[in-house]
Amino acid sequence: MTAHPATEAAIRVRGLEKSYGKVEVLCGVDFDVARGSIFALLGSNGAGKTTVVRILSTLLKADAGTASVNGFDVATQAADVRESISLTGQFAAVDEILSGRENLVLVARLRHLENPHAVADDLLGRFSLTDAGTRRVSTYSGGMRRRLDIAMSLIGNSPVIFLDEPTTGLDPEARVEVWETVKQLAGDGTTVLLTTQYLNEAEQLADRIAILHQGRIIANGTLTELKQLLPPATVEYVEKQPTLEEVFLAIVGGSHKRSDNGAAKSGDTSDATGTSN
Amino acid sequence: MTTYFFGDTAVLTGRTLRHVTRSVDTVITTAITPVAMMLMFVYVFGGAIDTGSDKYVNYMLPGILLITIASGVAYTALRLFTDMTSGIFERFQSMPIARSGVLWAHVLTSLVANLISLMVVVGVALLMGFRSGAGVSAWLAVAGILLLFTLALTWIAVIAGLSAKTAEGGGAFAYPLIFLPFVSSAFVPTGTMPGAVRAFAENQPVTAIVNTIRSLFAQQPVGDDIWVALAWCVGILVVAYIFAMIAYRRKVA
Repeated sequence: MTAHPATEAAIRVRGLEKSYGKVEVLCGVDFDVARGSIFALLGSNGAGKTTVVRILSTLLKADAGTASVNGFDVATQAADVRESISLTGQFAAVDEILSGRENLVLVARLRHLENPHAVADDLLGRFSLTDAGTRRVSTYSGGMRRRLDIAMSLIGNSPVIFLDEPTTGLDPEARVEVWETVKQLAGDGTTVLLTTQYLNEAEQLADRIAILHQGRIIANGTLTELKQLLPPATVEYVEKQPTLEEVFLAIVGGSHKRSDNGAAKSGDTSDATGTSN
Repeated sequence: MTTYFFGDTAVLTGRTLRHVTRSVDTVITTAITPVAMMLMFVYVFGGAIDTGSDKYVNYMLPGILLITIASGVAYTALRLFTDMTSGIFERFQSMPIARSGVLWAHVLTSLVANLISLMVVVGVALLMGFRSGAGVSAWLAVAGILLLFTLALTWIAVIAGLSAKTAEGGGAFAYPLIFLPFVSSAFVPTGTMPGAVRAFAENQPVTAIVNTIRSLFAQQPVGDDIWVALAWCVGILVVAYIFAMIAYRRKVA
């Protein structure tokens, strides 16, 4: 590993292109992500968000263009890039047959950490999974799986974390929990690149937002900058109605912090409805 | 990265071995079909089959062992396919580990899982009256040939697991392999077969392997059969390994 100045962008993407056969997924994508910031790649399904993440995490080769992560080129210094990143894919990449704790120990071992069991126990505590730690992941709810998935990604303290649609399929409470984790990460200096199709998620979390549409970045800026793209706001008096999300959170208890038992209990029911769909 | 190859492969093998020990049903299922065939051939058809040997169970056990391996590797393909589709394969590939360790973990697990199934089948055969006066070296030779055959078929399973689109498709490759021993010297002497079938049976890998193992169990000289058997196993292994690597490169950037 060579030294890299701290002023350099954590992620730098220039002219990235990728086609699958005749389908052009990315046609010249450029953006920079500053160190310690949260960058949201916003786009509808099929916009190419996952393709960008797969290229940046060395799972896919670009047809043209360059990309560097933590100062390392993804094409020529892939091993160094993998030392610098952690990927949380679109679908919770957890081992169903192992317990939550075993999943964490597995990743800690693969990252060659000194004390894998202590690392696992610490993360189980931080993600309210201590009680469920010895249960097989196949019994977990969607929210618990995602929490475990993100916990696995935190092992090794990678300077750059990719979160591909981290809250898709989660209930509102679990979504708020993920948001808090992401904010905390960025607060500790980790660079976070997240993709999302939820506008409010980008609004809640991101320092900068880029809109990926038909393989190109069509807008890139802070929330304030993006809002200025539209005509200036006019002042109207409207009755402030609570959103359904606010109603839901108020009724089910308001607090985002769930107890371990509560998480497992409500988790099981949401899992049951999830599989019946 | 190479410094971590053995350590990472060991950790990942521990993971896949847990998949085997926690779904003992797959090991049992692997053993049940060959055991059922063994019961049927020995107690139903066997009386009418004249092999010239003393006990029919002694005659047909080598073929049954090959069928056990052929059905066992279907689960190897299935385990790999599950990893490919669940996203955990990509998680491992994006981590700073020896990447090929993921594949080797599945290969080593396949060897262990098949060894367990083979021991179950041999155990049942012993209950059914199978006896061999073979010494330690002959048993080791049998084990070595079976291990090599398992390894060769495992790499075929890796191709299937990597390139399958559905779980069913991932296991389908095993059916022709399970069928192959029927057109060989595994259950009846090839001399009774009509011309073209006989020519196929006598020149396909199973016959040479079965004859070698049978001779080792019966303490007879193995002759040229052992070299033909080894050549087939190594040949299949090399070709399957090359194609598995091609399939792997397609999946991994």
